[in-house]
Amino acid sequence: MSDAKKFMFVNRKAPYGTIYALESLEVVLISAAFDQDVSLVFLDDGVYQLKKGQQTKGIETKNFSPAYRALEDYDVEKLYVEKEAMEARGLTEEDFLVPVTVLSRAEMGKLMDEQDVVLSF
Amino acid sequence: MASIEVGGKSYETDEEGYLINLSDWNTDVANYIAQTESINMTEQHWEVINFLREYFEEYQIAPAVRVLTKAIGKKLGAEKGNSEYLYGLFPYGPGKQACKIAGLPKPTGCV
Amino acid sequence: MLHIINKSPLTGSTLDSCLNTATGGDILLIEDAVYAATRGSAVEARLRAAMGKFKVHVLMPDLDARGMGDRLMEGVSPVDYGGFVELTVNNKNCQSWL
Repeated sequence: MSDAKKFMFVNRKAPYGTIYALESLEVVLISAAFDQDVSLVFLDDGVYQLKKGQQTKGIETKNFSPAYRALEDYDVEKLYVEKEAMEARGLTEEDFLVPVTVLSRAEMGKLMDEQDVVLSF
Repeated sequence: MASIEVGGKSYETDEEGYLINLSDWNTDVANYIAQTESINMTEQHWEVINFLREYFEEYQIAPAVRVLTKAIGKKLGAEKGNSEYLYGLFPYGPGKQACKIAGLPKPTGCV
Repeated sequence: MLHIINKSPLTGSTLDSCLNTATGGDILLIEDAVYAATRGSAVEARLRAAMGKFKVHVLMPDLDARGMGDRLMEGVSPVDYGGFVELTVNNKNCQSWL
């Protein structure tokens, strides 16, 4: 693990309206095989991806939100949510499918600086 | 579109033999697919198949082999949560073969 | 006139453009725009203020898909796909704010 790089996946889009959220999740699951130091961050509308209670039958689209709960099995355990984005959307930590760490915008910026690779979705 | 015939009924598959509709799955279909993979289904095979189906039900993804191995170890014991055991049951890969028999999509990241 | 919006109100200016330009009528929020119809968001007041001028509708299958069905804002009327069709039929014209 000493040569592991720090990878950050930046999620900024709401689910279903565009394909970004699902694409990001798939890339995360695939890249988990490479044993890197992975962080997932949720900014702006990206925080909506983690909202509990998604029911997609009505739009005939696959509900991929249960897969966020499998991230732990893939050893992806660093999930960060931007506080300002969460609050602007009337959400709290209790609204999320998985345990997350809430960071302020400033803390998020610092975390971003520490990364070797940043992938944006 | 490719398809398989089981018990007089036709089921759609992709070109690699994975079921298109998850809801088409039943034990007859599973046995048929196992046969095409030259696998003789035993209780140990079914244990893995059922585990995979439950995992998919819960998380909506077919787990990667590494994840499957670890999760099986947790649920069924360390003597089953290792590659030797799982590859013994599914020689061409528990991800590939077991998912196909379980009627699941190919695991994400499995090529 | 029916105005259909499908972009998130928090990351784009589509909703604002519509509210600033349109003179009244029906607004239908679909896809990522349904977040505009939820309680507690930063655009709640903005939409509420527009309700005098517009009748606001939201496509429920899209709101449910996003797990927000239980926080539909008061005063927004929920519609299903049938209601969507009715809105397009009952208005003499329609604009999709892409």
